[in-house]
Parts: sequence; C-alpha cells; structure tokens
Amino acid sequence: MATLAAGKRRPLLRVHNLKTYFFPDEGTVRAVDGASFEVCAGQTLGIVGESGCGKSVTARSILRIVEHPGEIVEGEIRYLHRTDGREVELDLAQISADGPEMRQIRGGEIAMIFQEPMTSFSPVHPIGSQIVEAIRLHSPLGKREARERAADLLRQVGISRAEARLDEYAYQLSGGLRQRAMIAMALSAEPRVLIADEPTTALDVTTQAQILDLLRQLQTDLGMAIILITHNLGVVAEMCDTVVVMYLGRVVEEGSVDAIFHNPKHPYTRLLLQSIPSLYSEARVPLPTISGAIPHPYNRPEGCPFHDRCPQFMPGTCDRHVPELQALDERESDQLVSCFLYHEPTDERA
Amino acid sequence: MAEDHTTRTIESTVAVGGAREEERISVATQWQLTWWRFRKHKVANIAAIVLITYYVVVLFADFFAYADPNLPAAKRGLLPPQPIHLFDDDGWNPHVLAFEGSRDPETFERVYEILGDQPISVQFFAQGLEYEILGIIPWDRHLIGVSDDAGGALAQEHVSLLGTDIQGRDMWSRIVFATRISMTIGLIAVAISQILGIVIGGVSGYFGGLIDTVIQRIIEIVRSIPQIPLLMGIAAAVPKDWTIEQIYFAITILLALILWTELARVVRGRFLSLREEDFVMAAELAGASRMRIILRHMVPSFLSHIIAATTLAIPTIIISETSLSFLGLGLRPPAISWGVLLQQAQNIQTLALSPWLLLPALPVIVAILAFNFLGDGLRDAADPYGT
Amino acid sequence: MTVEGPNGHPLLEVKRLKKYFPIRKGFMRREVGAVRAVDDVSFHIDRGETLSLVGESGCGKTTAARCILRANDPTDGQILFRPTEDQVFDVAQSTRRELRRLRRDMQLIFQDPFSSLNPRFTLLEIVGEPLLVNGMRSGRERQERVEELLRLVGMRPEYMRRFPHAFSGGQRQRIGIARALALNPRLVVADEPVSALDVSVQAQILNLLLELQQKLGLTYLFVAHDLSVVKHLSDRVAVMYVGRLVEMTDRERLFNSPRHPYTEALLSSVPEPDPRKRSQRIVLEGEVANPAAPPSGCYFHPRCRYAQDVCRTDTPVWEEVAEGHWVACHRVKELELAGVRDRLPMNTAAGTSTNPATNATPAAGSATDGDATANSE
Repeated sequence: MATLAAGKRRPLLRVHNLKTYFFPDEGTVRAVDGASFEVCAGQTLGIVGESGCGKSVTARSILRIVEHPGEIVEGEIRYLHRTDGREVELDLAQISADGPEMRQIRGGEIAMIFQEPMTSFSPVHPIGSQIVEAIRLHSPLGKREARERAADLLRQVGISRAEARLDEYAYQLSGGLRQRAMIAMALSAEPRVLIADEPTTALDVTTQAQILDLLRQLQTDLGMAIILITHNLGVVAEMCDTVVVMYLGRVVEEGSVDAIFHNPKHPYTRLLLQSIPSLYSEARVPLPTISGAIPHPYNRPEGCPFHDRCPQFMPGTCDRHVPELQALDERESDQLVSCFLYHEPTDERA
Repeated sequence: MAEDHTTRTIESTVAVGGAREEERISVATQWQLTWWRFRKHKVANIAAIVLITYYVVVLFADFFAYADPNLPAAKRGLLPPQPIHLFDDDGWNPHVLAFEGSRDPETFERVYEILGDQPISVQFFAQGLEYEILGIIPWDRHLIGVSDDAGGALAQEHVSLLGTDIQGRDMWSRIVFATRISMTIGLIAVAISQILGIVIGGVSGYFGGLIDTVIQRIIEIVRSIPQIPLLMGIAAAVPKDWTIEQIYFAITILLALILWTELARVVRGRFLSLREEDFVMAAELAGASRMRIILRHMVPSFLSHIIAATTLAIPTIIISETSLSFLGLGLRPPAISWGVLLQQAQNIQTLALSPWLLLPALPVIVAILAFNFLGDGLRDAADPYGT
Repeated sequence: MTVEGPNGHPLLEVKRLKKYFPIRKGFMRREVGAVRAVDDVSFHIDRGETLSLVGESGCGKTTAARCILRANDPTDGQILFRPTEDQVFDVAQSTRRELRRLRRDMQLIFQDPFSSLNPRFTLLEIVGEPLLVNGMRSGRERQERVEELLRLVGMRPEYMRRFPHAFSGGQRQRIGIARALALNPRLVVADEPVSALDVSVQAQILNLLLELQQKLGLTYLFVAHDLSVVKHLSDRVAVMYVGRLVEMTDRERLFNSPRHPYTEALLSSVPEPDPRKRSQRIVLEGEVANPAAPPSGCYFHPRCRYAQDVCRTDTPVWEEVAEGHWVACHRVKELELAGVRDRLPMNTAAGTSTNPATNATPAAGSATDGDATANSE
C-alpha cells in the first residue's frame, strides 16, 4: 500500500489497487492493473508513462468517466468528500457513476483538463456561456453574477479583454488561449483536485511554459492538489512533488520527484531517463535505448510486463511472477518499486 | 504520442491468438482484412445471401417461372393464390385442386369454385414449357410444375401459386420476370453513373483549380433540378413507338445521368484528401509517374468506398424505376417490372377484391432493405485501416 | 551569400526563398492577401553535416523543407543543389523531368509513420517502389536491395512480405527511413522524424539516424520543434520565427551563447528532465504572430523584452555578426543573452514570476553557470 506522506497531512485522494479493464469482444484489456497512489492538497502528483500505460484511463476512472466497454473491476478510490462543512471519506469506485454525489464531485470538487481543449468546448456556443453553465451547475449564482464570475476566472488565468472573450467561440482562440479557457472552466467550481491530462502536449514550447507557470501559480493561490498526466519527463521534473511511473497498466515505480530522477530503481525508469536527450547531455553520441517496442495490449507478456525489454531480466522469475509495488526498505519508505531485483516473488502464480 | 489506432482496429477485427495468427494478420492484404471484417457483420451477411438469391432468380427466371408471363387467359382472370396441399388420403402427394370459374350473375364478380375431387399433382423440377438457359442451353424443366405423370398437362393452365391478374396471367411468373428487369436496370444504370462519377470526380479532384470549380458548379446545377418533374418531362418525351428494349435503355441512361453527381462528389473528396496523404507524396518524391500514383496508390485506396457507394446507389435506382413505371412514365406493358406490376394495383377495387396484386411490393421492399444493409456492412468493412 | 564549406561548395544553398500562400475569398475566389509562410530565407548546408530548422508550429520550417524538395513550389528565390562538385541545379526552377532525376539525390523522412506508408503495400513494395520507378525492373535485384536496406535500418528482411499494419510506430519509421535511403540520396530531409514516437522509441530512431549518417556520409536537413532532440542531432541550427530566420550558427554557440532574444526565450522554455535544475524561465507574453498579418518591423518585437522603437518600425537585417553566426536583430551588438548553461536556479520561495521584466533583465545573462555543475550525478 502506498503510504507516501505518512504521518503528515491526510491525503485528499487515495487510490488503492485500482484495476480498470476493458472487455471488447476480442478479449480483456487490462488497461489499469493495480494502480496505487495518493495526493494531498497543494501537492502535485505526476503520472508518467508512454502510450498504452493506462495513465489516462486511471484519470478517467477517478472521475468515473471510463467509456464502455471499460469498467473498474477492483480497487478503491478514497476521496475526502466535503459535504455540509464536514469531510467524509467516500470510495468513488463504489458509488454510482451517475449518482448525485459523483455528479457533485465530478467537475465540482475534482475537475479535469484535457490535451485538446478544442474538443472540450462545444463549437456552437460561445465559451462564456459554457463557463457560465459550468459555474451554475455547482453554485446557486444567478445568470449575471455567473457571467461576472466567468470573466473573473478568465482574468485569473491570464486572458486579457476577458469580457469580450466570453462571447467568442473556441475556434477563434489560439491553442494557448483555449487551454487557458479550459483551465478557467475547470476552476469554476473551485475544485480541490485538478486532473490535467497531457495539458501541454498539443502546445508549443513557449506556450507550454506559460501554461505550466499558470498551473503552478494557481496551485499556490488556491491550494489545489494537481494530478498531472504526461509523457514528457521534463514537464514532470519541473512541476511535480511526487511521481508515479506506469508501464502497461501497472505502476512500476513511485516516489518523490528527486528520488525518481536521481535515484531511479526500476530498470524501466532508469532506461527511460537515460534514453531522452537533454539540453545538457553530450550531443551526437549514441543514446542508451530500451530495446523493442511497447507490446500490444492484447499481447501483454506474462509475469512482469516489462520483462521482455528488460536488460536485467531474470529467467524463471520475471516471466513467471508478477511483481508487487513495495517499499524499497523500511528506512526509505517513500520510494516504492515493483521489481524482483529488490524483493522476492510472493505469489505462487505459475 | 503514437497511439497505434490502425493496428488496434485491425487486431480487433480478428481475435488475436498466438504467433501463427499474428503472422496471418501480418501478411493479410486489404481484401482479406475487409473480408474478415465483413464476415462479422451478421445482417450484411444475410443481406448478401438474399441478394445472391435474387440474382439467381434473375439469371434463371425461365426456370423459376412456370408460365408464360404475358399469356392472357380470359377464363382465369383474378384467380386468388392457390394453396398447395402436401398430403392426400394416401399420404405424401403434393397437389393443387382444380377449380371452375363462373361469373356471379348479380354482381358480375368472378367467382371460383374449388373442385375438391380433382387433385393435380405437382412436383419440383417438373417438365413444362421449353426455354433456353441463359439463352443458350435448351431445357424444359421448371422449379415447380405439374407432375410428369399427369399426362403432359401444362402448369400454366392449372397452377397459380400467387394468383393471376385481371387478364389471367400468372402472378408468380410475372413477378419472377419483373425481378429480372428491375434488378438489372439498377445494375446497368449504376454502372454507367459510377463510371461517369469516377471519371468526372477524379478529374475534378486530381487537377483541382478551374476545372474543379467548373465541374462543381455543374454538379450543383444538376442536383438542384427537382428529380421527379425532370424524369416525368424526359420520360414523356420518349416516343410512343419505341420498343421495350429502347425504352429500357432510355430509362437506364436517364437514371444514370441524374445519379452520377453523388459519386462524383465522393470520388472528388477522396482524391482531394488522398492527394494530401503522406504516402502519396512519398511516391511522388520517389519519382513515380502520375499514372502510377493514381492507379497504384490512389484508386485502390478508395475502391472499397466506391463498392460500398455503388451498393447503396442501386436501391435508389430501383426505387426510381419503380416509381416512374408506377406513374406510367417508365416501362410500359408488355414490359414487366415491379413498377409495371404495381401500376395495375393502383385502384381501390383491386385492393379490396384482389389484394394479391400488391404482392410485387414485397420483393421491392426486401431488395431495397437488403441492398441497404449490404451497403452499410461493406462501408464499415471497406476501410480496415480506419482512416 | 555564397559560402565555401570545408569541402568546397555546399551541397545545398537556399537564397532568399519565399513561399506565399494566397488567401482567397468570395465566390470568384479573388486573392485578398497572402500567408507569408516562408519569407526571405537564406541558408546553406555543407556535405555531411546536419542542419536543423527549428521553430514553433506555423513558423514555416516544414514549408521551407518542402520547398527544397519541391513538394511545394516556391514563390521566389533560388535553391541551388550540387549533387556533385561540378553540377549545379536550381531546384526552384527545375522541370518535372529534371526533378525526377534530382529526387534520387534528395529524399524525405516523414513525421507520421502511420500515414506515410501505403497500408496496401507490403514492405517489399514500399521500400522497392523508388527502385522500381527509377528503372530497377528485375524483381530479384529489387528484392536483394530491399533486404539490404531493411538490414541497414535494423529490420528483419523476413518481414518483407508483411504489410505496415503489422508493425509498431518505431518499426514503421525504420521502414520509412529504408525507403528514403533506397536510391542512395545525398540529402535527407527529416521532418520531425521522432515527434510522433513514444519516448522509449525516440532514442532508437535518433541513434539510427546518427549511425546512418556516419555509414553513408549523409547530409541531413532536420526539421524539428523539440530543442533537446535538435541539440542531440545537429551540427548547426537555424531558428525560424513567423516565416523568417532569426538566428543561425553552430550547435554549441546557439545553445550556450544565443544572440537573438527569441532563441534565448525558446531555450529557457524547455523543461529539463531534472528536478534539481528547475530554473526561472523567460515566459514570453502573448502569442506567435499571424503570418497573414505580421506586425511591423521585427516580427518578434511585440513579445520581445528588449524591444525598442527601432524594432517596431524597421525590419532587422540578416547579418553575419561573427564567423558563421547569423542573426537578424537590431540590438545584437548590445545584448548579452543567457544560454542553456546560464539558466537561473529557481527561487524556491517566489516560484516563477510571470512578469519577465523583473526576473531576468538583460544583465542577468552574465549570471554564473554554477547551476550547470549539478548536471552530472
């Protein structure tokens, strides 16, 4: 079990052993296969991984917006729900996806922003009316007050001429402005947790810098918890306090950002970090690489999902047993790794 | 991020299992992938079987009919459908019962009295009228007919499976021959319109610029003319003294001239988007000639779409022909098509007294539905790469 | 500018290249303006070197590359290509026939490994197509050459009969590279060859590109937006902004001592995959200018924190400010800008400031590079 910030604050959101599978006609895809992590207010958690690692499905599971034929088959999503001034711990995996509590939480207490904001805004309504709608969904404000609040939100995310922008349509805005507007909409209900799914992937590097800056500043001002989902290790290093590294639906390593980048334990994390060129690394020399390609989700390897690409593959162990996410040792309990290099197989699955 | 959509679509096409299966998919051509996907589409499969049956009937209409569709028989007018009895007192013996017609002296209605004591045995593959299979091989067997041992009695004088029309012509045989005309007029008209559509649309899409603009304006003009009045106008201009064949071809070409615009638009759209595809540019940079790029890269990429579009165009034509003939503007007797047959069912008296004259509507509905389902299935399967 | 490279004439010389896309409106499709996608761009590439064109989306880098291959027809300018020392062709003026001949010597690697391979062709047909259409009629010969090419890019020749759908993104990119190399080109234009790939696969393709360059003596024009990748692959780098070049020099100088404010801002925006190197960024205000209605003077002036009156009125000159270092900036002589090594460590208490005027004044460029020592673990 993940106990990252043990003894400190009570985490806002704790995900434990989450499993979200898809059941298309052709078989089962274990998109998320046992993810555990937690995040506290004012903290940024990064979920990093490549395509097919299940990072987006994890986010969608938290908000209970997993598309058919996917469903949460196991695990807990414990969230400190604020109701009538009290905090009640609620397992989001157990309550109804369309029930009143989930509707209140989704878009209210937990908000999400996406990679391509164009698809999050309706093309036939001005962005203002959509933000107003979002505001009124979670608060009793009247139309006029909601509009004023919408303009305030746009100003807060650094959009100039906020009043005028309210009447513009999504296609009239540039990529960066659209992403800002998306963030404004997400902020409309003063969320306690903001899930950002590849928020800067579609943006240019200078615009990315603006958006990352904005997110960080908003976090300082509002004290939100941010779950940042990305494949860009640079963004993770800049933004996050703790990091979860995923591969083929499983968390392979988890720890503080410093531990992950400067003391990575899992072979996948290590190789991933070594294989990306950086502005500081030596130019025009061969980079260390990870052999092979990410397997197709239908052809997931037995045992450790990474074993067929792993340079430290131990025949008989890694291809037979599935490693569990465990603390490195008693002392360094804030770094967890799922690898047989660090602990013996416990299950007897052949 | 490289989400591998294509592979995913393809692998979800076929249940994945083991290396051998993987190898099979790896070397599968476009047509194989399409076929695998199509086979999963149940309704389309059924529709395909139905349509194959239709065209078997078209090819072997003489075999399926047992009577001359144009032979009037005054004594047998408006005969209701005649049930086939499978058993008699001695056991298995499929037969129909003879009847005697007379006219009601008060209402002048024709009434038929079944003569229960005169069974006429029927059988499959019975001897009957002579004809030539596909116009070549002479034969005299029919799907159903009076038993060979009934002493050479002709089926058309004794059997009327689906009743007869007002002139005493056998409805079953008429529907069979109508199927031949209605189902082929669609094919030929579609073939002509598709050729026009592909060539004009292709030119428009590939060259672009002024040619494209001109062609697009022409298409818009053609499409903006209301179809029914146009058809009525042109059909009315067809000389009265033309033969059945001449009218048949006139109607075919007329329909084709209206329909090509649809496909021309589809083809142009595909050309425009394919022209921008990276693999087309790669071929150009490799030094491939224009001809090669069009024939080897672009056409195969939308051939499957054209097949699907064609399948969906056929029912439009069938309906057009049927409506025209129904209005008396298309084919005219003695030609037989579904529309011609339905035209005879136009008055209220028919509906009340001889509802079986409406039976030709049934094959129309089934054929249209089958074409639409098949077209849908083909369209879904046509693009195994999910582009 | 005519530049004599170390091996005599450069392989490619682009002079004052322009590509305008007309904006048409109304029923008669009247031309009402133009998007200046590439606006007066000049550079050269020496034999065997890698020049990177870098910039943000819409800056014209891809259009420029496509003009060089004549996938787009340039509006104006010269593209002098010298397949051998004593041959010169102006690609911008070449006829269709001549282009077919020239394209054996210049090939393209595409960004998208999925759309760039015809899904209806087998590997043999894909990689063999350039051979076939350039006269290698014998199927056997073609097959042998394709086998050789597949081996060269690290693919198993047994896969030759397979269709692209059987391969992952990285493998498809290898196939695309094999096709580009089929005719032994001299110049390979690589348009964002790794940006569509997964992080763990990018390194494989980058290594392959470097290895092929060494083995075959290729010259690369590398078009990219990812500065870390550009730094890894290039000998020289040219930075584009709204259709124009703003700076061009060798890799070390560009990354360590940039002379154009845009380059400086670009470098500082790259998030570094090292939490101990979180740094203060120069956050550019506003948006990239619209190439259909660019601002007056220097296109970068509305976002430039060093802009003065002259920047608003006059177009800066593209000039060589030091040996091999080209810049288009009015204030190039006076400014001292920060490079990668001069990144300012992040002030932990304040976070980053959104106001660039307060955090990094021009003088801040002289900050020590003490932070860089944290690099090696």
